[in-house]
Amino acid sequence: MIEISRCGALTTIQDIGRHGLRHLGISQSGALDPIALQQANLLLGNAPGAAVLEISFGPLALRFEQDCAVAMSGSSFAASHSTPDAAFETRLLPGHAAIIRSGETLTVSKPLVPGARCYLAFAGGIDVPMVMGSRSTDLNAGFGGLQGRALQAGDLLPTGPSSQHQVESGKGIRPLSPSHILRALPGPDYESFTTDSQILFWSQPWRISHQSNRMGLRLNGSALQLEAPRELCSAGVLPGDVQVPPDGLPIVLANDAQTIGGYPRIANVIRADLWQLAHVPPGTSVYFVPVALEEAIAAKERQERYLQRLSEYSQRSFT
Amino acid sequence: MSCGFGSGVLGLLFGCSWHSCRQFYRLPAMTPNIDSRAALVATPRVSRLGEDALLFLFTATGTSTPPLPLQQRLWAVTTELEARREEMGLLEIVPGMGNLLLRLTASNAHQIQTRIDVLTSRVLNFWNNPETASSSALNTAEQLRHTITIPVTYGGEAGPDLQTVSAHTGLSAETIIERHSAGLYRVFCLGFLPGFAYLGGLDPALAIPRRATPRLSIPAGSVAIGGSQTAVYPSATPGGWHIIGRTDTTLFDAARQRPALLLPGDTVRFVATGSTT
Repeated sequence: MIEISRCGALTTIQDIGRHGLRHLGISQSGALDPIALQQANLLLGNAPGAAVLEISFGPLALRFEQDCAVAMSGSSFAASHSTPDAAFETRLLPGHAAIIRSGETLTVSKPLVPGARCYLAFAGGIDVPMVMGSRSTDLNAGFGGLQGRALQAGDLLPTGPSSQHQVESGKGIRPLSPSHILRALPGPDYESFTTDSQILFWSQPWRISHQSNRMGLRLNGSALQLEAPRELCSAGVLPGDVQVPPDGLPIVLANDAQTIGGYPRIANVIRADLWQLAHVPPGTSVYFVPVALEEAIAAKERQERYLQRLSEYSQRSFT
Repeated sequence: MSCGFGSGVLGLLFGCSWHSCRQFYRLPAMTPNIDSRAALVATPRVSRLGEDALLFLFTATGTSTPPLPLQQRLWAVTTELEARREEMGLLEIVPGMGNLLLRLTASNAHQIQTRIDVLTSRVLNFWNNPETASSSALNTAEQLRHTITIPVTYGGEAGPDLQTVSAHTGLSAETIIERHSAGLYRVFCLGFLPGFAYLGGLDPALAIPRRATPRLSIPAGSVAIGGSQTAVYPSATPGGWHIIGRTDTTLFDAARQRPALLLPGDTVRFVATGSTT
């Protein structure tokens, strides 16, 4: 068992999320950066979509009452582990597996470089009950994860069975570098915006608002305008949709977004770039860059091949 | 707005008892105007949502609640696609108000354009020729629908905004309760919260603009009116709708085999179980 002895503002249990349930009003949830989720799991020989911790703010301190291999990925956070009476602490490097011994405390403090989220995987995965096909925390609906809520001090994390004796310390995966450029395709309502607004959307830096969360990134900049006011019927939305509410300031929908919306959509972030939404902290800026559909598809293919290679590498290491 | 239900449906429903909160009836085969092409738009608009998803708009923008026959045809297309979910590699099938969002499964990005093209033509084919769909999807879709009765305590602590609605509409609290519980509502689609149903069929006399200042929390089970719509809140959430009552019926339970009580196409009726006006 692993006990949370200290917990920052928002640490949740996430896996690959809930899919195929949006028609019931059920959001996707899941790790905002599914690539990092898979990297951390594959370093430990877990199933690629096993449940991990998504850490938004440090510090997080975990007390281990059993030996357990862990791996950290995503944005680089400073992390170290030691026993209470130890003379020194051992660094936990991002993208590398390490075994935390029973009696040690692992502390994840703050981002090493500006970044928003890191992921911490445990050998065997976090073994909370599956709810509708996933262990992910749905914060809005209040189910999944641990009682459908963010973790707090005193919580216990159960882990599943694993073959952690095979974990080799020092073996690593280089984390991907997130960029502040989000490639996007014009959305269904792109033509409804004024020409000036279309140009503005692609040209200005959009500052990430502090009101951003797992539901969406709220952006600040010069407001966008429609050619004429439009009343849209409520329609299904997806993570990556860039909605523009009446105030003209776009919102990039993320994993916890509602399933149906009624605002015009100026663009859609391409699937291959969605993981980067996890790593653009409030106060920094993003740019949207238009790409051809073929390029969006090719980027997704490259990402699939990368994950395939990662999975093959993991299988060679753990069999 | 009126949903134009046939008297046959009303007669059937009035003849049943309200004691159980969940009763299933088959709608009569003669469903209203299901094939009246006149009400349907000529050419659906298809938009791409990112590389792997499509949005079909079957209705012109500007109407918050589409005509019932149009939505019924949409449910039929949805039923047809649900049956072919795996064959067509569909990850999400999300009906909206007069529109449909479809998302393909993620695997094999290099085939995505071919899959999108096939999907587009098949959906348009189902839409334009519902009679060619397997086993008459229109009738199958209608027969799968349930009628669900939801007991409601109106007014008092359960419905703190009933008096506000009364003041705005000029109707007495008793009349509002009578009219709200006399309505026959159809579930057009689900969204916003797990199990939250967008209902069509509110008596236009009961419409009221949303509260200027949204409540921080609308309790689970609240029955509320916002604009020209009414809804039941499956779980607590902030919101600006006017709460006129509350039900003990559980609208969503992740552990249930059918987690959402209400599904698109279902008919909903509210019955007053007591009120403290």
